[in-house]
Amino acid sequence: VGVGDKADVWQGTLALMVLKTLETMGPQHGYGIARRIEQTSGGQLSLNYGTLYPALVKLEQEGAISAEWGLSENNRKAKFYRLTAGGRRRAAREAREWQQATAILARFVAEPS
Amino acid sequence: VIRRALQRLRGLRPSEEREQELREELEAHLQLATDDHLRAGLGPAEARRAAVLELGGLEATREAVRDARTVPVLADLLRDARLGLRQLRRRPLFGATAVFVLALGLAASVALFAFADAALLRPLPYADPGSLVRVYESTDSCPLCNLSYPDFKDWKEQARAFSGFDLFRGTTVGLDAPGGPEAARVALVSAGFFRTLGVAPALGRDFAPGEDVPSAPPVVVLPHRTWQVRYGGDPGMVGRTVRLDGQPHTVIGVMPPSFAFAPSPAEFYAPFTGTDSCGKRRSCHNAHSVARLRPGVTLAAALDEVRAIAARLEQQYPDSNRGQGAAVAPLAESVVGRVRPVLLLLLSGALLLFAIAAFNVTGLLVVRAETRRRELAVRTAMGASGARLLGQFATEAAVLVGTGGVLGLGLAFVFMKLLVGLLPTGLWAQLPFFHDLGLGPRVVGFGGVLALASLVLFTLAPWLLVRQRPLEGLAGGRGSSGTVWRRLGSRLVIAELATAMVLLVGAGLLGRSLTLLLQVELGLRPEGLAVVEVRAEASDLETQERFAALVRRMRDEVASVPGVASVGVTSTAPVGTSVNSRWFRIVGRAYPGDGHEETPFRSVSPGYFQTLGTPLLSGRDFDERDLPDRPRVAIVNATLARQMFPGESPLGRRLVYVAGGKEELEIVGVVADVREGALDAALTAAVYHPLTQDTSSFMSVLARASGPERGVLPGVVAALRRASPGFVVREQTTMSTRIGNSPAAYFSRSTAWLAGVFAALALVLSAVGLHGVVAYSVGQRTREIAIRMALGAQRGSVQGMVLREAGLMVVAGLAVGAVAAALGARTLESLLFQVRPSDPWVGAGVTGVLALVALVAVAVPARRAASVHPMEALRTD
Repeated sequence: VGVGDKADVWQGTLALMVLKTLETMGPQHGYGIARRIEQTSGGQLSLNYGTLYPALVKLEQEGAISAEWGLSENNRKAKFYRLTAGGRRRAAREAREWQQATAILARFVAEPS
Repeated sequence: VIRRALQRLRGLRPSEEREQELREELEAHLQLATDDHLRAGLGPAEARRAAVLELGGLEATREAVRDARTVPVLADLLRDARLGLRQLRRRPLFGATAVFVLALGLAASVALFAFADAALLRPLPYADPGSLVRVYESTDSCPLCNLSYPDFKDWKEQARAFSGFDLFRGTTVGLDAPGGPEAARVALVSAGFFRTLGVAPALGRDFAPGEDVPSAPPVVVLPHRTWQVRYGGDPGMVGRTVRLDGQPHTVIGVMPPSFAFAPSPAEFYAPFTGTDSCGKRRSCHNAHSVARLRPGVTLAAALDEVRAIAARLEQQYPDSNRGQGAAVAPLAESVVGRVRPVLLLLLSGALLLFAIAAFNVTGLLVVRAETRRRELAVRTAMGASGARLLGQFATEAAVLVGTGGVLGLGLAFVFMKLLVGLLPTGLWAQLPFFHDLGLGPRVVGFGGVLALASLVLFTLAPWLLVRQRPLEGLAGGRGSSGTVWRRLGSRLVIAELATAMVLLVGAGLLGRSLTLLLQVELGLRPEGLAVVEVRAEASDLETQERFAALVRRMRDEVASVPGVASVGVTSTAPVGTSVNSRWFRIVGRAYPGDGHEETPFRSVSPGYFQTLGTPLLSGRDFDERDLPDRPRVAIVNATLARQMFPGESPLGRRLVYVAGGKEELEIVGVVADVREGALDAALTAAVYHPLTQDTSSFMSVLARASGPERGVLPGVVAALRRASPGFVVREQTTMSTRIGNSPAAYFSRSTAWLAGVFAALALVLSAVGLHGVVAYSVGQRTREIAIRMALGAQRGSVQGMVLREAGLMVVAGLAVGAVAAALGARTLESLLFQVRPSDPWVGAGVTGVLALVALVAVAVPARRAASVHPMEALRTD
């Protein structure tokens, strides 16, 4: 699955991570989202922060999140992202699908055929 | 969706503002990161460097964001299209089959729609065509009948319902030609005719009021086609002179190309003067009318008015107008009334065929999606959104539909030309709305709607199937994954079989009707009969003696032609549409209510019945002595003898016509019935009198050839020209062609054939669909079957299992089809001849054929199932 002791972020899963992050943390700027993903993974995911921004742009275009400028906790100007209603539904759906997928995979991994 | 599309479009153009915002956002990111690193104890320069490193490069990130914003949307689309093409190319047979099936269904529907559009949807090429009507005189035996000129004049004078009321009548004239006069169709029209239709000439003028009187100088108006074909589109045509029957006529106008008048196709329009002998008699009905309703006047109101006038005329002129009612019908009805049911039927047939084709391709696509389920599941897991999958199915479907659509339109064009080429020329002239048939915007639009519908179907069906359990494919098991398809697939097949059944029943009924129609008792032997229709010169009709001499010359000359065994002449050839009836009474017999009989009459020469091959049942045939100065005689047919003289001999009895000459005719013979009217019309009583005691400008010469009848036609025509150089030859044909091209036979034949072709295609397509589902199901269950075999199942029982499963589908399809066919067949009723829509033979035959074809279609996969080796259980995953 991964190389070394850190896992690469699977393509397509990043969007879900972003959505879930925004769901639990509320409005957040890009750097904050990246940090949070890294922390949640317990340092096991090596996230190239740069890959986050294209994902954000896409999610914004798809209407899952919206953005506006604000001030960070240490008073720096930053662009904050928040979940839209559609994004909330999408997060729930994708999470459910992933649980399903991983449950299936888990069975394979548990007893290899 | 729209907002997203707009954003994407906006994203296509690099905006300075957007770039600036991105720079600021990334700068904020770096500062936040740098702050963190500073707090962690790094020096300012190192902290900044670490932040940039974590980001993976500033410029690279900007590039990635720009990509996400713009190009990938297009790139995805292109990639999906390429993928779709690759998928199709990888299995060219699959792609070709799907495209061909689709194109075929589309082509049939589009071609038939083009005909239906031309005939039924496009308005007639006149001003406000909805208010144009035809007005008829009406009797029991002829509900929509011609008008007599004197009656017309009274109606026109008294009726308030019409803002225009005009007459027309078709006739034939001779044009000077090197080999003798050449026939040209002329429509005689009253002066207001073109104004009533609301069509103005493209060149010159139309007939002025008062120009339709005998004293006016002779003038003609040309249709556009005549101007082009006969006179090469001469721009100075107006004012020039053309000779019709040797008489100079001044051309006063040329009609626009769009103008055609279906009820009376013509090469020339000349004024209707009503001065011939028929025009003076109230009892002689030889004119047709067209009228325009005044604004606000309904059809019913107009009908009430003309009926009231007809009733007054009936009282005023009881001799000629007894029982003469009136009828009014829309002009469009008389133009397309006959083709409407045929076209609607064939269009529905074509649409059903299209439905089968679409179901079939859907089936193919769903099977493919099913086999690709695992690949699709993996892609879903890897983050391909549902929309992306939908997009992929859509692009693939678009490639199929696009190719099939273009091919289908091309095929439709070919079909249209083929169908048009099959129309007999005589009928062609009466269907002017088909002349500029083509792929107009509406026709292409119709094709587009069908293509769009199939696109939606082809996209959604596989997508829904895969989406239902998107991750199932990952599990790797095959046992259950096929069930969805099997359910959906079997439903598609049942629909296909049912549709095929409807088409087959329709085709079967029409085919049986055609067979019965062509087997109808004619009362004559058509093989070996050559038919030449001529019009005599006016000078030959001046006296009865001159005309009798002409008939004599015609018979002698034609009889001397090598290869001609016998000859007969008649005023009207059999198997026609002409009514030509007269009222008569039988002398010495009282009629209830002072009524009279109406019957078709024909004037025939000696030898006519012998030439037809119609037996004389009693009495004698006409002979050379039945001349104008001899006692008038008549021959009646068997039906008349049976109806009027039950149980007694008609020979020696006398009859007299109610109007016209009051001379009594003695019945000297009885002949077997000849089918004088249309093939599908009932046999009626008929009276024949000697052509030599009558006059008739139009005649049909029938020559029985000892060899092939076509071979004697030139000789017969030459002989007739020797008999009278002034003859205008209107038609040279054979009796078989005449019968085959008569409207009843033609419509019946073309409908039956087209429906038959549709049904055959439907049968093949549904068989292919059935085979596909069963074969797929067997393929999916190879493992299950192998296990059964390993556990001791017999080959026969495995085969039986497959056949049973297929049999259920077939039975369901046949049952649904039978119900649908029973409902659908009722709409056919008006097109059927002597066949009931519930004809048991057709039903049984169709069921048998379908069941047999279905058996063949499932036999192959069933055999394959039975030949599965138990070892397969171990081999397949």
